[in-house]
Amino acid sequence: MSPLVSIEGLSVAFNGVPVLHGVDLSLRKGEAIGLVGESGSGKSVTWLAALGLLPRHARVSGSVRLDGREILSAPAATLDQVRGGRVAMIFQDPASALNPVLTIRKQLCEALALHRDLSGDALKVEARRLLDLVGIPDAARRLSAYPHEFSGGQVQRIMIAMALAGNPDLLVADEPTTALDATIQAQILDLLSQIRREMGMAMVLISHDLGVVAENCDRVAVMYAGRIVEEAPATALFDDPWHPYAQGLIGALPPLDGPRRRLTAIPGTVPDPSKMPAGCAFAPRCTVASEQCGVGAPSLAPLGDARAVACIRAEASRRALLGIAAE
Amino acid sequence: MGRYFAIRIARALLTIILVVTFAFVVLRLSGDPSLMILGPEAPPEVLAAFRKAWGLDDPIWMQYVDYFGAIAKGELGRSMRDGRPAIQLVLERIPATLALTLPAFAFKVALGIPAGIYAALNRGSAIDRAVMITAVAGFTVPSFVLALLLVLVFAVQLGWLPSGGQEGWRHAILPIATLGLGGAAVLARFTRSAMLEVLGQPYIRTASAKGVPWRKVVTSHALPNAAIPTVTVLGFMVGTLIAGAVVVESVFAWPGVGRLLVVAVANRDLAVVQCILLLVALTMVTSNLIVDFLYGFLDPRLRAKGAHA
Repeated sequence: MSPLVSIEGLSVAFNGVPVLHGVDLSLRKGEAIGLVGESGSGKSVTWLAALGLLPRHARVSGSVRLDGREILSAPAATLDQVRGGRVAMIFQDPASALNPVLTIRKQLCEALALHRDLSGDALKVEARRLLDLVGIPDAARRLSAYPHEFSGGQVQRIMIAMALAGNPDLLVADEPTTALDATIQAQILDLLSQIRREMGMAMVLISHDLGVVAENCDRVAVMYAGRIVEEAPATALFDDPWHPYAQGLIGALPPLDGPRRRLTAIPGTVPDPSKMPAGCAFAPRCTVASEQCGVGAPSLAPLGDARAVACIRAEASRRALLGIAAE
Repeated sequence: MGRYFAIRIARALLTIILVVTFAFVVLRLSGDPSLMILGPEAPPEVLAAFRKAWGLDDPIWMQYVDYFGAIAKGELGRSMRDGRPAIQLVLERIPATLALTLPAFAFKVALGIPAGIYAALNRGSAIDRAVMITAVAGFTVPSFVLALLLVLVFAVQLGWLPSGGQEGWRHAILPIATLGLGGAAVLARFTRSAMLEVLGQPYIRTASAKGVPWRKVVTSHALPNAAIPTVTVLGFMVGTLIAGAVVVESVFAWPGVGRLLVVAVANRDLAVVQCILLLVALTMVTSNLIVDFLYGFLDPRLRAKGAHA
């Protein structure tokens, strides 16, 4: 099956400083992919760049295809059709994500009018249905309220309703629950999964929370310093991470069962984008780094069933284990 | 909402009383009006008679009480120079001043706001830089320097426009340009920074992410938000409509309220100065009230706060 979205060699630089170094990622219809990594690893930038939402001073190159059609250099009118209509996006901070001076009705109907052939009363009916769908009580009355009259969790629900307005094929959720209380987080994630199942929509869940991703995604891509360093089915990644960084991330999670163990921390910090080390960006923090790791940045090498890793050490040992000859 | 405005109106009244009191005291401590009006060579008994006639020998607190008593009766005193009611002198001059300040205000809005929006939308471009350099120059150059510069170029060198007086519309062009250019510069800078602030907000990205065309993102999402801080500056400019042209009127010999104020202060014509200051305080305070009201109209968050205050 041809992919819904395929990103190839996507690179982004801000004022000449590269922050995204050739990201490859593809997504099938209805699939849920998790994008994990520390802040600044390029998770959000990847999708903001793909949808042309980065500020003008960002230099974007590579290719992003939607159903085989290139959208990265598409004209503004095409992009406006894609955004909200084919690919919708919701963001981290619900408090500032809605326009404070416009009513919910106005903001919801705006999205509906743009992507659906609705007008007049049909618009209002549909807006009310969407609010009902995302679980805003008393939707008819609440439509005329302003964003500040809702709680953070409710605003995120409204954001989801707005994202659904165009019946998109893909929803990109950029840290949708980071700014919310733990109990509300679970509700929002449940809502997203439920809607995804019902609408057969693909989802990209961007999060720094591995647990959130594990529960909600089929596949996970781990990002570090502007590159995807490992890609694997969610269960495989959590059972047996290959990349030393992914191992570090999962080692830092407290186990739910089994004997208590000391949590491991990854030493050091993410390198500054303007002072990226030559070779593997993770090498300075890596416990298994060898001299060779400083020579060239490893590329994402597909290995075994649906897995890929960008680490020469991991690649060598896996190849030995799987009995695959080096290319 | 009602209480929100009751508090603001009470505060406005207090502001007016403070302004008037301050003017009253300072004027009375700053020189003897009888000497100013009759001249230092006037015989002592004439000066004494003058002082007595205008109540200047009374203790200052008594003059103050009398003054407020008169205001309560709607009397704003008479000019010491020609005995006419001060309010009449001032009102006569207001049309001339408004003939400068109103067109200047329109000029500021028509030039400053679009320039600021354009600069913000094209941030970092050559046009943005040009607008900002002009704007900085526009509000760092004092109005009398700008006025003299304009006179030098357009009246002296080119001879296109008169350098002063009030005979026709051509005489108004240079004073209006002087007032308008400085104000437009302030507005352009302010609008630009308000727009930049708003354009960086997450809800602008949300609007783009849902497929709203950029032009509409600007007009229906960015502008209504940027209007909120811009209204503050506009309110301040409305507040200066009556007495914001003191310097310009003096440079261009334009017989408006500003010139009257300069002459009245020089002569210690107490009632006239006080009358003008009262009027200025009133316009300032009124325009502030209008701004407060507009905030409530433009920003639903404040509307809610007002309802609970």
